[in-house]
Amino acid sequence: MKTSYELIIIGGGPAGMAAAIAAKEAGCDDLVILERDNVLGGILNQCIHNGFGLHTFNEELTGPEYAERYADKVRALDIPYELGTMVLDVTKDDNNDKNVTVISPERGAVTLKAKAVILAMGCRERPRGALNIPGFRPQGVYTAGTAQKLVNLEGVKVGKEVVILGSGDIGLIMARRMTLEGAKVKAVAELMPYSSGLKRNIVQCLDDYGIPLLLSHTVVDIKGKEKLEGVYIAQVDEKNTPVAGTEEYYPCDTLLLSCGLLPENELSIGAGVSIDPRTNGAFVNESLETSIEGVFSCGNVLHVHDLVDFVSEESARAGANAVRYIRNGEASGESINVTPGNGVRYTVPCKINKESITDSVHIRFRVTGVYKDTNIVIKSGDNEILRRKSRILVPSEMLDIIIKKEKLENITTDINVCLEEAAK
Amino acid sequence: MTKELICINCPMGCALTAEVENGKVISVTGNTCKRGEIYAQNELTAPVRVVTTTAMAQNGKPVPVKTKDTIPKEKIFEVVAAIKGVTVPLPVKMGDTILKNAADTGVDIIAARSMG
Repeated sequence: MKTSYELIIIGGGPAGMAAAIAAKEAGCDDLVILERDNVLGGILNQCIHNGFGLHTFNEELTGPEYAERYADKVRALDIPYELGTMVLDVTKDDNNDKNVTVISPERGAVTLKAKAVILAMGCRERPRGALNIPGFRPQGVYTAGTAQKLVNLEGVKVGKEVVILGSGDIGLIMARRMTLEGAKVKAVAELMPYSSGLKRNIVQCLDDYGIPLLLSHTVVDIKGKEKLEGVYIAQVDEKNTPVAGTEEYYPCDTLLLSCGLLPENELSIGAGVSIDPRTNGAFVNESLETSIEGVFSCGNVLHVHDLVDFVSEESARAGANAVRYIRNGEASGESINVTPGNGVRYTVPCKINKESITDSVHIRFRVTGVYKDTNIVIKSGDNEILRRKSRILVPSEMLDIIIKKEKLENITTDINVCLEEAAK
Repeated sequence: MTKELICINCPMGCALTAEVENGKVISVTGNTCKRGEIYAQNELTAPVRVVTTTAMAQNGKPVPVKTKDTIPKEKIFEVVAAIKGVTVPLPVKMGDTILKNAADTGVDIIAARSMG
C-alpha cells in the first residue's frame, strides 16, 4: 500500500472533508483522509436535528444530510479515504517531512510520510470527571453527546426522567430529543447567568416543550449508588458558588452533562504544536498553519465552533493553504500579532503574515460576556482598521470578521481586537 | 399589542418585535431577512416546526428522518408517533419518502441519510 503523500488529512468529519475537497480543487491529487470511525461524517451523523447548511447550501439540512453531501463530493472527486484508521502519532523529521503513524485492519501499524498534514480531529465533551460534582458514580449519568449517540445511532432508550446540566447546544437539542422519545425533561440547569447555547435552541428545544431553564444554578449532589435516583440543584452566587439553603431535589434516572467541548489535541501536542490555553486549540497564523511548518489545523480541533458552516469554510481555507505550502513552501515576510483586547476572549488567527493573504483574512473570536450596544473595534496602534456596531454580543456566538488585504497595507504593529461601548 | 420573540430560522436568532392587532400581525421589526418576518407571522397566528427524529429500519438500527416541510407545532407528538409506527426497508436513500401524509398534516416524512 501507498505510504507517501503530499497531504494527509487527519479526521473525516466536516472539517477533514471540506479541507480535502478544497485541496483537491486546488490541484492536489496526492492526498488521503484518515478517519477512525467506519463512516465519513464525524459527529454530524448523530446530529439528526436540522439547522445545518444555511450558509453553505442556502437551505436548512440535518446533520446526516450535510455530511452526506460532503461525503458524496469526496467520492465524486475520487479523494482517497481510509476508514477504521487510528492515527497514533505525528512527528516532523529533519527534512521537514511529516511522519504519521497509523494503525488499521488493512495496514496494521505503519508510518506514512507527507509534506503537509491537516489536523481535523474535532472536539469531545467535557466529562463528569472534569466537573467536580460530588456524589456517587451511579449508572445514568451521561454526557449529552453520548446520550445522543445512543439514541440516534444505536436506537437505545436512555432514560425516562431527565435533568440536564449545562445549556450548551447539545444539551438543549437533547432536551427536545429525549422529550420526543417519551422522556420527561424536568429542568436544564446552567451555572452561568446566560445560556451557552443558541437562542433559537432555547426557543425550539425548551420553550416549545415547557422545559424550565434554570440560569445561575448547578447540580450540587448526585444521589443513588448503583442507579441514579436524583440530583440536588442549587442556585449559585455571582462567584458561581452554591448558595446554602437553595438546594432542591429532582428525582431522575438520567443526568445529561452539556458542559462544554474540548478540542481533541493529543496528536497536535504530541507533534509539538503550541496550544493556545484560551481555545485549547493550536496557535495558528492567517493560513491556519500551526507553530510547525506544514502542519495546519481547522474546525473544532482548532477552536470550538457553533456552526458547521463556519467549520467547512475555515477548513476549505486550510486545504487550499496546505496546497500552496506544498507548492511554494513557507511564505517570506514578517508576521504581525493579533491580540484579544477588552471583552474579547481569543482570536483565530493569533498572527498574520501579510505576504500570505491573497484577498482577505478572517478573524474569528468570541466575546467574554453579554454585551449590548457595543462596537467591535479592530486597530493597530492608532490606526483603526474596522469598527462595527452590534446590538448584542454573546459568548455562545462566534464572530467572523473579514478584513480586505488593502486595509492592512500600512499596518506594521500588533493588531488588537476589542469591544468599545457605543455612544448612546 | 406588542409581542417580543426570537426568530428560530437560523443561528443568528434575531430578536423580533411584532405589533399584533385583532389577531393579525401588522408589523415586524428586528429581523435581518424576509424569513424573520414570515416566522413572526406564523408564530403569532399558527406556529409551525420542522420535526426531526428517527425511524427504525428493518435491521433494528435507527434511520434519521425529517418532515419534508413544516408541520403545525401542535402536531409534533402525533407526527413522531406516526413515524414510530414505520419500519424502514433497506437500503434507503437520503430523500426517500418513508411515510406519506404523516398524521394527516399533508407533509411527507423523508430519510435524512442513505443506509443499508
